Amino acid sequence: MALGFGGMGGGMGGAGRGMMRRAGMDGRSTDDEEFGKPFDGKLMRRLLPYLRPYKRQVTIAALLMLVATATSVATPYFLTVAIDDFIAKSDMHGLVLLMLGFVLMQFVNWFATYGQTYSMTYAGQWALYRLSEDVFWHLQVLPIAFFDRNETGRIMSRAQNDISVLQQLLSSGLLSIIASSLTTVGIVFTLLALDWRLALVTLISLPVLFGIIVVWQRYARKSFIRTRAAISIVNASLQENVSGVRIIQSLTREDENRRRFGKVNRQNFTANLEASRVSAIINPLVDLVNAIAIAVVIAVGGSLVLSHDLKVGALVGFALYVNRLFDPIGQVTQQYSTLQRATVAAERVFALLDEPVEVKDRPGAIELPPIEGRVAFEHVRFAYTPEIPVLHDLNLVAEPGQTVALVGETGAGKSTIISLLERFYDVTGGRITVDGHDIREVTLASLRGQMGIVLQEPYLFSGTIVDNIRLGRMQATDDEVREAAEIVGLHDLIARLPEGYNTIVRERGVNLSVGQRQLVSFARALLRRPRILLLDEATANIDSATEARLQRALGELLRGRTAFVIAHRLATVRNADLIVALHHGAIVEQGTHEELIARRGMYYDLYSFGFASATAARVRAGSA
Amino acid sequence: MRAAPLHSHVDVRVCRRVRCEHMRTVLRIFSYLRYNRRATVLAYLALAGAALFNIITPLVIKQAIDFGLAHDSRSFLVLAGVLVVAVALVQGVFEFFQSYLGQYLSQTVALRLRDDLYEAVQRQSFAFHDRSETGQLMSRATVDVEQVRAFIQLGLLQLTYAAVLFAITVVVAVRINWQMGLIFLAVMPLIGLRAFVVSRSLRSLWVRVQGAQGAFTSVLQENLVGARVVRAFTREQEELDKFNVSNRIVRVDSLEANRLAAFNQPLMTFLLNAATAIIVIYGGYAVMHHNLTLGGLVAFLEYRTNLTGPVRTIGFLLNLWTRATAGGQRIFEILDAESEVHERPGAVPLAGVVGHVRFEHVSFGYNRERPVLRAIEIDAPPGALVALLGPSGSGKSTITQLLPRFYDVSEGRITIDGHDIRDVTLESLRHAVGIVLQDPFLFSATIRDNIAYGAPHATAEQIEAVARAARLHDFIASLPDGYETWVGERGITLSGGQRQRVAIARTLLLDPKVLILDDATSSVDMETEYLIQQALAELLRSRTTFVIAQRLRTVRDADQILVLKDGRIVERGRHEELLENEGPYREIYDLELRDQEELSQVAARA
Repeated sequence: MALGFGGMGGGMGGAGRGMMRRAGMDGRSTDDEEFGKPFDGKLMRRLLPYLRPYKRQVTIAALLMLVATATSVATPYFLTVAIDDFIAKSDMHGLVLLMLGFVLMQFVNWFATYGQTYSMTYAGQWALYRLSEDVFWHLQVLPIAFFDRNETGRIMSRAQNDISVLQQLLSSGLLSIIASSLTTVGIVFTLLALDWRLALVTLISLPVLFGIIVVWQRYARKSFIRTRAAISIVNASLQENVSGVRIIQSLTREDENRRRFGKVNRQNFTANLEASRVSAIINPLVDLVNAIAIAVVIAVGGSLVLSHDLKVGALVGFALYVNRLFDPIGQVTQQYSTLQRATVAAERVFALLDEPVEVKDRPGAIELPPIEGRVAFEHVRFAYTPEIPVLHDLNLVAEPGQTVALVGETGAGKSTIISLLERFYDVTGGRITVDGHDIREVTLASLRGQMGIVLQEPYLFSGTIVDNIRLGRMQATDDEVREAAEIVGLHDLIARLPEGYNTIVRERGVNLSVGQRQLVSFARALLRRPRILLLDEATANIDSATEARLQRALGELLRGRTAFVIAHRLATVRNADLIVALHHGAIVEQGTHEELIARRGMYYDLYSFGFASATAARVRAGSA
Repeated sequence: MRAAPLHSHVDVRVCRRVRCEHMRTVLRIFSYLRYNRRATVLAYLALAGAALFNIITPLVIKQAIDFGLAHDSRSFLVLAGVLVVAVALVQGVFEFFQSYLGQYLSQTVALRLRDDLYEAVQRQSFAFHDRSETGQLMSRATVDVEQVRAFIQLGLLQLTYAAVLFAITVVVAVRINWQMGLIFLAVMPLIGLRAFVVSRSLRSLWVRVQGAQGAFTSVLQENLVGARVVRAFTREQEELDKFNVSNRIVRVDSLEANRLAAFNQPLMTFLLNAATAIIVIYGGYAVMHHNLTLGGLVAFLEYRTNLTGPVRTIGFLLNLWTRATAGGQRIFEILDAESEVHERPGAVPLAGVVGHVRFEHVSFGYNRERPVLRAIEIDAPPGALVALLGPSGSGKSTITQLLPRFYDVSEGRITIDGHDIRDVTLESLRHAVGIVLQDPFLFSATIRDNIAYGAPHATAEQIEAVARAARLHDFIASLPDGYETWVGERGITLSGGQRQRVAIARTLLLDPKVLILDDATSSVDMETEYLIQQALAELLRSRTTFVIAQRLRTVRDADQILVLKDGRIVERGRHEELLENEGPYREIYDLELRDQEELSQVAARA
């Protein structure tokens, strides 16, 4: 499925992100269909611990499999005996008894097959439960840098598609491969026991068939890969045309796009047709080899019967066995691709689990005691990738209660400063202290517990509004939640909703306006009672009434806290205690609004050039 | 849409409504086969051939035992062997063609369905796309089309094959020994019924598993997208708990579905073998009393699979059938959806546009009960700059979207140079009206292709000219691949401001006489905004322009400011006039725009 989930990265992030993303998790170009070697001992050994807690179920499954295979292989033998020992001797009584035994045996087969499949599936499903849990937990502790490098859609496919491929392997695939092989072995021995001469002649067909399948597989795999590629191009084209339909219509580009879609659609058709030529040939081929084996049984076996070296029933048994000899091979062929895909899937899942957790509590990290909120960046250097430094030797001090406004162009390093303080990343050089504690020496929970963050695009989880506010502090009472909402001016907006605080927020909060979402994230941060507040101011288009609310709420939020604000609004910048102007990862100047205006430096340029010249240009154009 | 002649044959009175709906859908799916009549006929011939030859081998074995062994004829045995191989060869040819043609037909149907779906989706007005989600449309074009395809390939052909094979085998079996034939026939309904019942309950189980998978996906996706929030608020453990709830449900439900299948599959085998036991007992008795030859009994044992194969797959095939009809219904729903906006017969191209735009008593609502615009009157002479102002939801963007006919007015009319826009061809209208949409969607293609999106045949010089005008050229030139740089999903990521300027460039390339743009420049820093402003200024020259205004400077320069509230124009005029009015404009000015005024004063002082 080519449905993408990308394209909605969070609001923060710094320079160099786009460049790193292309490198990806493992450098592979296509994600869905990879074909590797069918078996990798090392990966299997890693998978085994997940099955270990279910040793009992696996053992039961193995034992029952032996029973099931034996009873299944014995079926034609009973018919042989029925013909040679009872029908040929007109022993009706014995025939009935034999058949009763046969039915009883089939009954055993039924339950053995059932029990074997169920216990193996049981073990497999719960093993996958644990594996999913491990993957998910790992995703919780991986550094944010990992999410910069890898698109959401790609990670999703690891955690979902790859695991469900493994499910096929663990719950049915592995079992049926073993069962099929056992069946083949069982049949071969039975044939040898019935008549070794005829068996040897007949069994020549086995390697022949095997050779045919191996050669065929090679072609089939190639054409299969081609069809997968073709359909994913069709889907990508379709997806783009659906998402961009408004642009397409407004630029009247329908005809050109229809032509292009028609082309990829036809290429897919052709690829599938070629593939079907390959796939249509295999059944007739297998049937032909089967027929040749039957012909050998009739001609050679018949001669043996005539020379009284073989009984008729045994001949019939041979004919019936030959038919069944080919089934397991077909199944193994089918499972072969499952096995291949599972190997690749396992490889990718374990690669994910092996991603190092860079940001974590140091051994002996202490709880950060309640803080005043003095933040100091001391000679901080940072790079997302070693080649591209983002911050060079940054020094910055925020006294308790100060509001620091960060200004500068996109990529100047504003977001990076906030991310480092939150320890989404660790500094490459220098250190950051809070009340004198290096933030790497304290536990993540105690650090983040005293900080509040408001992202540019407020992220809401599905659940109720009250759930989303309470995210700030889980122990908060309803009254405290309401109080926080009142302070930021959200309360009366919520009261107007039919369901009030219990209004369900749909995925990512699409049923609330941007302004409302922003206010929710303010209330959330406020409820946390953080000593340090990190805020990436929203630039989105907000109507004037909400805007006024936001400004008031912002004032409440900043009062009495140390705050780092990536400022987009003039009012915010002007009211800041300290304005820090950044350029290419270095501080160019800092001071209050008045000081910096008076200095006529970069801030002044940014300020007047950005707004005033644009206005002038507009005026010129308007009068032209 | 093309007519589907077949479904008109269904007599409405005969069938009850729901079933009739089903039949109609199925017949309409079949109607897609009409493009390949010959291939369809050939497929059925191949199928009949394959089924016929399937019968022969057991008969040959029967003769080998009854004649060859009884008459001590080695040469007959060899002949029988040769015959078996020959039959397999011929049958193989038939089987190959049956399988290939099945694929061919089903792929053709899928191809046409996708073509039609594509066409239908592109033809639809914005109203349709507002209502439908991309994911859902995609799932119709992928999952539903695949289900219909599988039905044509497996369902339709295999079902017929199974039925034909079954019928022929029964005839031959009964002719060999009618009592034994009947025994087999008696067991079949049992197996068939069981298969049917189980496949139904399995299906509802799988639906549940899919639902659980969906929840699993949502939790996962939400968690990944919100990774920063999760960490910032130290919610990792709670997230894991939430995840494990759906993780557990998926596992438990799939285990249950697997259990049912694991119980049922060997049960079928058991029933079949129980029937075999009865056959052997009865057949043995008949052989002992010379009512049946030994070869006849063996042939019977061979025929077992011919009979049980079809019966065992019936549940699977019926399942395909229901899924295909459901999928087909969803597909046809889209194909049949009338577009609200379509060209009138006899529409003429809009030519020589000057750009005089009028809204005459225009009302509009996305649905009848809730009008969005009421009695809008606008007269924009050629070259005028009209600024639209008002709170979100007041109808600003709706006004702009009526002009290129993304929606049609409910009342009143819109004219360009005196022509009602519903009387001209859509293509000429949309060429004359350029719109820079708020979300600048870029396609995965080169920057050049994205700029030339509306005019694929534009020359390199033209493209460069508009890129310069949009203040984009220098940036593009700084890229290693220049204009050939790939953007979008698999290419480089452009910033919001750069994307916006690409959108401006591609509109500029069309040189529209009437221009619509949204002044909102979200998520851009000041320098970028300055560049965008310059680009916009270029764009506005000598065009009639409608701007959804956020910036003071835009508003101040406008020839007309229209202040909207609840779908009505509550105030109109120029900046200075409106300021003195002390009305709604003044209110907005005080709240939002004054700040910007101070800024430009600071700049002026400097």
